[in-house]
Amino acid sequence: MTQAIADTGFRHGDLGRLIALMTGAEKHGPAATSTLDALWVLYDRVLRVGPGSAEAPERDRFLLSKGHGPMAYYAVLAAKGFFPVEWLAGFGSYDSPLGHHPDRTLVPGVEIGSGSLGHGLPLAVGTALGLRAQGLDDPAVWVLIGDAELDEGSNHEAIAYAAPAGLERLHTLVIDNDSATHGWRGGIASRFEAAGWSAVTVDGRDHEALHAAYTAPHPGRPHAVVARVEKKF
Amino acid sequence: MDTMRDRFVSVTSKLLDEDHRLAVVLAEITMDGFRPAQQRHPDRVINVGIREQLLVGVGGGLALTGLRPVVHTFASFLVERPFEQVKLDFGHQGTGGVLVSASASYDWPAGGFTHMAPGDVALLDTLDGWTVHTPGHPDEAEALLRHAYAAGDDKVYVRLTGQSNAAPRPVGDLRTQTVRTGSAGVVLAVGPLLDEVLAATEGLDVTVLYAATVRPFDDEALRAAVGRAAPQVVLVEPYLAGTSAAAAGQALMEVPHRILPLGVGRAELRRYGTVEEHTAAHGLDAASLRQRITAFLR
Repeated sequence: MTQAIADTGFRHGDLGRLIALMTGAEKHGPAATSTLDALWVLYDRVLRVGPGSAEAPERDRFLLSKGHGPMAYYAVLAAKGFFPVEWLAGFGSYDSPLGHHPDRTLVPGVEIGSGSLGHGLPLAVGTALGLRAQGLDDPAVWVLIGDAELDEGSNHEAIAYAAPAGLERLHTLVIDNDSATHGWRGGIASRFEAAGWSAVTVDGRDHEALHAAYTAPHPGRPHAVVARVEKKF
Repeated sequence: MDTMRDRFVSVTSKLLDEDHRLAVVLAEITMDGFRPAQQRHPDRVINVGIREQLLVGVGGGLALTGLRPVVHTFASFLVERPFEQVKLDFGHQGTGGVLVSASASYDWPAGGFTHMAPGDVALLDTLDGWTVHTPGHPDEAEALLRHAYAAGDDKVYVRLTGQSNAAPRPVGDLRTQTVRTGSAGVVLAVGPLLDEVLAATEGLDVTVLYAATVRPFDDEALRAAVGRAAPQVVLVEPYLAGTSAAAAGQALMEVPHRILPLGVGRAELRRYGTVEEHTAAHGLDAASLRQRITAFLR
């Protein structure tokens, strides 16, 4: 499948303005949201999905598991043309499809409804299995979780299962802003590695490093990218 | 005679060969039965290990790719333990699948309360749009499983049990059916309790209805039966007593009526023993039912 992203003319530098349409606060630049750079690089340079292929069976899937604080996600989807930029101003209002947690039945390009933590990675495992069972070996499945979301035990059920199941097309992006109260002694990547995944840890603000981590080969194994960003508090 | 669970394995294994949309997800339970099918269809018979949140989440993920997931374990670990996954990974995503449980309310009394799920149907009643089948015989289980697999993207729960009536009834139209007619009242028997109800009401002047599909509730059948008998309704359900009381009340909203909801008690018995002993302890054996039904009718 070829790159099928509509060039809507938006660039990374425009995202702060798009987020401000939702938050109403102009000073909220890209740094205000931990997922923004990681999402932008993924949608801009890696994922093979766009407005014209949002329903195509062979598209890459991106599942936002950490549904809380979805402004960066909506801004990136709008910038890439999945829905009109005009939708952003209604964020959270009764008549808007854009809630404080995303709903896949309301927003084009949104693969799962999320908000309750710990659902995305098991759904991503099932998605990878479902694609494989239908002979769709090419599409990549990506899921974004947070370092505190990793507290939820359902993630660990999925992490332990995915490598033995040989889910090579599964990718987990962990946004690590050091918000888990009890932390992850030994590092987050080590959890994935111990379970048989390929894993790399990168600076979550460095676009080239993110791109290299996203596109690193990981034959026969699922792949985790831990993107470290500034501490939340 | 094979059990409902045996039939689930044989019918589903066969349909996996024919319907390439079907995919079975297991959490160790019943894995041995599905091993031959797994050898034929390694990508569509999936065992995630003892991980029930993942079990249901994987089912939801398969549905997102267009497959028809068949998700199976004991009722307590399928509906109760991962209930939020049932709620969010299917309904909230706008997808469907087939949940097939075993063990029911007290199929393994010696196993104790951890393996009993009398509240499963009541829990599903808090969600929108789930079809609930409660077959009373392995042949009925087969018919309802086949129906569920072919039901598009519907959300369907099939509640299998080791308990069975002596003979199957035709249940393919999912309707509540009339087994006997009488004038003093209406007794609705659900699934494997039909034989107990028939024995309990032997010689009584009551209508006996039978349901192997309880959701959607067959309002029309109950209203029609109540229209031809005294408006006194007894519900006899093989799960938590009163589970269908609200549905029956809704069906009879325009009719002054009385309802006696019978079923499995809420209190833990803290007893082991046999299925028959538990049926009696919950007042669901024929003698207890007869006593409670005759006391209610007036």
